[in-house]
Amino acid sequence: MSEQNDPMAEIRASFFIECEELLEALQDGLQELDDGADDPETINVVFRAVHSIKGGAGAFGLEALVRFAHRYETVLDEVRAGRMTPDSDSMKLFFLAADHVSDLVRACRDEAPIPEATSDELLVRLDALLGDEVEEEEADAADFTPLGFSMSLDLPEIEPELNSFEIRFKPEQEIFATGNEPATLLRNLCGLGTATVRCNTSDLPDLEDLAPEAPYIEWIISLQTEAAEAEVRDIFEFVDGLCVLEITGTKSGDDGDVAPTESIETEVEVEQAIAAPTAIAPVSVPKKPQGTKPASDTEDSGADPESKKAAAPAAKSVVRVDLERIERLVNLVGELVINQAMLSQSLDEAGLSPHSDAMNGLEEFQRLTRDIQDSVMMIRAQPVKSLFQRMSRIVREASAAVEKEVRLVTEGEGTEVDKTVIERLADPLTHMIRNAVDHGLEISEKRLANGKSRAGTVTLMAAHRSGRVIIEVTDDGAGINRERVLEIAVSKGLVPPDVQLTDGEIDNLLFLPGFSTASQVSALSGRGVGMDVVKTSIQSLGGRISISSEAGKGTKFSISLPLTLAVLDGMVVNVAGETLVLPLNVVVETLSLGPDDVQMLRPGAYVVKVRGGFVPLYDLGVMLGYRAQRKTDAGAIVLLISLEDGSRAALIIDGIQDQRQVVIKGLDDSFYRAPGIAAATILGDGQIALILDPADIIAGLGNPRGADIMLSERKIANE
Amino acid sequence: MTLTVLAVDDSRTMRDMIRMALMPAGFTVHLAEDGIHGIEVLGGINPDDIDAIITDINMPRMDGFGFIDAVREQDDHRATPILVLTTESSQELKMRAREAGATGWIVKPFDPAKLVKALQMVAG
Repeated sequence: MSEQNDPMAEIRASFFIECEELLEALQDGLQELDDGADDPETINVVFRAVHSIKGGAGAFGLEALVRFAHRYETVLDEVRAGRMTPDSDSMKLFFLAADHVSDLVRACRDEAPIPEATSDELLVRLDALLGDEVEEEEADAADFTPLGFSMSLDLPEIEPELNSFEIRFKPEQEIFATGNEPATLLRNLCGLGTATVRCNTSDLPDLEDLAPEAPYIEWIISLQTEAAEAEVRDIFEFVDGLCVLEITGTKSGDDGDVAPTESIETEVEVEQAIAAPTAIAPVSVPKKPQGTKPASDTEDSGADPESKKAAAPAAKSVVRVDLERIERLVNLVGELVINQAMLSQSLDEAGLSPHSDAMNGLEEFQRLTRDIQDSVMMIRAQPVKSLFQRMSRIVREASAAVEKEVRLVTEGEGTEVDKTVIERLADPLTHMIRNAVDHGLEISEKRLANGKSRAGTVTLMAAHRSGRVIIEVTDDGAGINRERVLEIAVSKGLVPPDVQLTDGEIDNLLFLPGFSTASQVSALSGRGVGMDVVKTSIQSLGGRISISSEAGKGTKFSISLPLTLAVLDGMVVNVAGETLVLPLNVVVETLSLGPDDVQMLRPGAYVVKVRGGFVPLYDLGVMLGYRAQRKTDAGAIVLLISLEDGSRAALIIDGIQDQRQVVIKGLDDSFYRAPGIAAATILGDGQIALILDPADIIAGLGNPRGADIMLSERKIANE
Repeated sequence: MTLTVLAVDDSRTMRDMIRMALMPAGFTVHLAEDGIHGIEVLGGINPDDIDAIITDINMPRMDGFGFIDAVREQDDHRATPILVLTTESSQELKMRAREAGATGWIVKPFDPAKLVKALQMVAG
């Protein structure tokens, strides 16, 4: 097999990818079972997933994985056969075993140490479910290694010595139903050496009485071969039980006249003797047209009675593509968009008539560019399901560690998010989930005392909302203990002792760097990673995180992320001579300020009157530090923006250039993270512009009190 | 002797393995993901061009037994050799496969050379 090294490595890699899919199916199936599903297909899916992992693992000699999967599968088979009904304890064990299979798969893939101790421990528990059947099954496990089918036995080369065998072979009728042809068997036999085949046709009836598929003929073969008897028997392995077979060995030399002589024996050439089976094959019927029929057409003949889901759509055909190629495509499309913007600008400046062919063509080009872009972005989008599934494991482990009963509810698993975002969300989400289980939820006794259900619930939700992806982690615990939080913040010197903060502001203290809960280190979340790290990772994805909490009811963390990391519909504006881009989806409308529109609440805090309501007013130039003095109000252009939390704000700018799609170019890590700045882009004229995150600006800078809290960020902004 | 073979298995890895085992021997390999797909693929190939079929047992939608049944129902394929691929080497499974009409069996994991040989044997 050495010459196949390369392809094998490829298949191996593809096996591990398939394992991930199978593990996902396994998780899903177990979850469905746990939720009370009792249709046979669900347990079948679970069984098959483990079975297929085992099968592949066997092919690559991943013994640890085979060993575990085999016995896990054995238990699942009991469930499948209806001999065992899993209770909640066994379901928990099944989940643990699934997690362990996943660990084993990864260990095998990464050639990391195999957690054999866990295997052993879980196997003992799995075997316990089987009761006394275990030994029998074990015997079967030993049988797992390839056996039989060793036509070319890997026996040590022995001096070729001629053996003589006398073989009597009489097929029974059933043999034909299996597609085994006596003629083929005889030919294979002849391949072992020199054979004399005789054929006893005494049972052959007259032609009119002949049943086409009935076996009338008996063969007597004298074989001279170097092969051992086992090899000769192997040829008949598949027809064992479907024929009368007698093999008698005689030492070379005395291949005398041992043949049983009954009546007429005819010596025939093998090729002649085999004419019958094909000749009696029925006449072929017209073929169905090339297999374009929908699956449902063939399902009737399929008759898999178990398969409730038989009507499920056939597996989508999927092409596996190296991520690098997609990245390249994404980058190219980005360049295309920039290029198209530049072209538009030059044509515009050339003063062409809007009805000219060039301009019409350009319009079409813009549309196509956008379509291409959307399609390319779709390639990178993946449902958050896999991510959520990993979280269910985190919940299981976390709840076990702190001995709380926790139920994880997931919603919106089908929500599609950029692959990179999904990957980079795993760590922050893990941390948030652990936090929710550890700090958010109360212990069962306390919950019961407060009239809550014994088991706490953590809800993980994903949705698309106003052009962004929202992910929420909610627990139904006690809510944030604000007194305690404030106490900690004061004791750490994060806020002055006499500070007066609203509930929301106190909650946000959790995100401050240095707000460590070191005094309450637990096995779980007290690992030195604070919510500030979570916040930073979310921000690095162009996202925001917010928190809301209600005493006695629970806490909700809300993450809002851009749909894609690559493009943005933006409004290009001028502020203090700078060109900036605002995400178009936050801009509700543009206004021109009238003389009486603005009112001062207190020095430095203004509101603008918009259709009877008041909206806080900020000068973008001042906020970003481009100018010290606020622009005069009258005639100033104002963007009314709406944030995800429903709040609104008005931003003074100097002018609007354009609305267009911009390609997001991430700011290198070597740049200080400036609050309010999300990324940068290259405009049509080649100029570089910063992309703003208005919500971040307002949260960090606009609210004077918020600014106090965001001490560290303020410092950066002022630099 | 090179053959044309239809291999039906829901595991991509297994399909890859079969393909990799058979292609170097010069075999033509058609692949299908489950029983129903297998029947569809089979329907698109001239029956005279198919020398043997390999099928897995545990598959979604239509399992190996159902697939073998469906193949045997077609007059063109009443005698087409069918090998079942199984990780279970249990006698019971082999016998069930045989009852359904399987010609023989191969126990996974298989040695590529043996798979080739087995196919040549049954399709000989």
